[in-house]
Amino acid sequence: MTESSQDKNIRIMTYSEVAEVKGFVGNFEITIRRKPRYIDETKCTGCGECIEKCPTKAANEWDLGLGIRKAIYKPFSQAVPNVPVIDPEICRYFTKGKCSVCSKICQAKAVDYDQKEEFITEKFGTIIVATGFDQFDTSAYGEYGGGRFKDVITGLHLERMLEPSGPTGGHVIRPSNNQEAKRVVFVQCAGSRDEAKGMPYCSRICCMYTAKHAILLKDHVPDSQSYIFYIDIRTAGKNYEEFYKKAQREAGAIYIRGRVSKIYEKGDQLVVRGADTLTGEQVEVEADLVVLAAAAVPRDGAKELAKILNIPCDDYGFFTEAHPKLQPVESVTKGVYVAGSCQFPKDVPDSVAMAGAATIKACAILSQDELIIDPKIAHVDPELCSGCLDCLEVCPFDSIKAEVVNGRRVASVVQSLCHGCGNCAAVCRTKAANVRGFSDDQIYAQISAPFSAIEEKSIEGAQ
Amino acid sequence: MKVLSSQENIHQFRNEIIALSGEDASNCVQCGKCTASCPIALEMDLKPSQVLRYIQVNSRKPVLECATIWLCASCETCSSRCPEGIEIATVMDTLRKLAVEEGLATGQEQIVAFDEVFLDSIKRHGRVHELGLVLRYNMASRKPLKDAHLGPLMLRKGKLSLLAHRIREKAKVREIFRQSRRFLRG
Repeated sequence: MTESSQDKNIRIMTYSEVAEVKGFVGNFEITIRRKPRYIDETKCTGCGECIEKCPTKAANEWDLGLGIRKAIYKPFSQAVPNVPVIDPEICRYFTKGKCSVCSKICQAKAVDYDQKEEFITEKFGTIIVATGFDQFDTSAYGEYGGGRFKDVITGLHLERMLEPSGPTGGHVIRPSNNQEAKRVVFVQCAGSRDEAKGMPYCSRICCMYTAKHAILLKDHVPDSQSYIFYIDIRTAGKNYEEFYKKAQREAGAIYIRGRVSKIYEKGDQLVVRGADTLTGEQVEVEADLVVLAAAAVPRDGAKELAKILNIPCDDYGFFTEAHPKLQPVESVTKGVYVAGSCQFPKDVPDSVAMAGAATIKACAILSQDELIIDPKIAHVDPELCSGCLDCLEVCPFDSIKAEVVNGRRVASVVQSLCHGCGNCAAVCRTKAANVRGFSDDQIYAQISAPFSAIEEKSIEGAQ
Repeated sequence: MKVLSSQENIHQFRNEIIALSGEDASNCVQCGKCTASCPIALEMDLKPSQVLRYIQVNSRKPVLECATIWLCASCETCSSRCPEGIEIATVMDTLRKLAVEEGLATGQEQIVAFDEVFLDSIKRHGRVHELGLVLRYNMASRKPLKDAHLGPLMLRKGKLSLLAHRIREKAKVREIFRQSRRFLRG
């Protein structure tokens, strides 16, 4: 991210959202909501003194609550730009009207409490959507403690713990008492492949990151022991199966085939009840720490974004590609591409490959002076059009525009947006709208052709 | 219910088997090809793949008490077909040894007795003496007259001989026994 921010052809707008998208491929007009940081980015030197002196603390979202942050904070260490942001929800200046320690201490005079939300509108040629995924909230599983047990965490929590510069300094600890965790039980498919929880799909990444965690845990705590409950191990990738076996053989992870039925507390330990379907026995494992491999789910707001971008998403909220096999990075809206886990959960190599593909597809369009489009699209005959604009209502691609011809309001088709679905032709009461090559006259002619041949033959027969 | 307590070293049994046989049960991916290949699997209480699974999860007792390890004919089909290259028949051998040593081969007295009589016969004569084997096995299994009516017929046809056949290098066979330190008594 830092490297990209230094490239002269790349502009990164963090803490910003796409509010509105108008136009079409090559001519998108995008309104971006820039949220106020309450810091003047051009003045701030990123020294961090304000963060040190800020008196208000809150749970750190980046560390999933394992650590704390201040009311003025940098979201994470490599954040771009390298300037802090003020959280107005908890900042004393915003909540009580006094404090302003950060403003007083800042030598660059960069703190600006009066910053307001800004909207900027710019033109863009193409759009690549890469909004990623969220982690399923495992507190939906009452039988796993429903969020009550402090020592039942998720894979992301463990990932933060294993990070040397993370909230625990690279130590794997039990959040309940800060002791080192020696016996760790991993529970795979915590949400994934669970139709009752609304996620019948496999999240694809958990098998591999759990194997990675088992290996890293052995590295960090050599006398640790990990147990991994799983339904199936899915290692479909280059060197993945070998990696999984390494977790078993070198890290000594015990894989137990069966879904965990419940987790309960016994003294200061957790007990994980499951089954070993390979022996057919019930199993109970005593654990210091339980790590749930939470399902990957669409981002909050993915469906709203889909509406803004005018692209479809599936029942779960993952953006839909134009064709599952042949157009995996295109959306049905021309000029809008999807990459990474916003389309469906995928791992780093797959995301990188998809991002590369989406980029080159987007560049290919931008490099051309003219756009080649499918000829089988709709057109409206302005002479016949009554200007009712029923077609505008039914067009799923926003490709009908109202315009004035000879002083009369008529509909017209934006050629680069039309997909030739024929909805407009179906509703048009004056037969002004038609799909080229599939006009009403042409279709009637096709239907009547075989019948007229039969008719001629029967007449000949009668003679 | 199997309880994996914090005091337990989950790899203990597996490591013991590695030390005795050189075979690592944790290499087993539970594909089931051994069970599918085994000609006696139908008769077994634990299937061969389950035996390996129990070793993986440190379930010592069920494995050493099972009938499977005594029903195994050591045909080695499992070993030759195992995709992970585990010598499963060797593991079975090791388990039999442990079961006898720890007195867990209960309910398998006849099979254990047969094994002992059979190997003792080879140790003495360099090869099996059939008549001696049958008589001693019948005594050991406390059914002295079992199949006795077949004896005269088989003697007449030359299928059994009163005296043991002798082989030339009997000393070498004894040496094999000495070196392999099998669990024969005496």
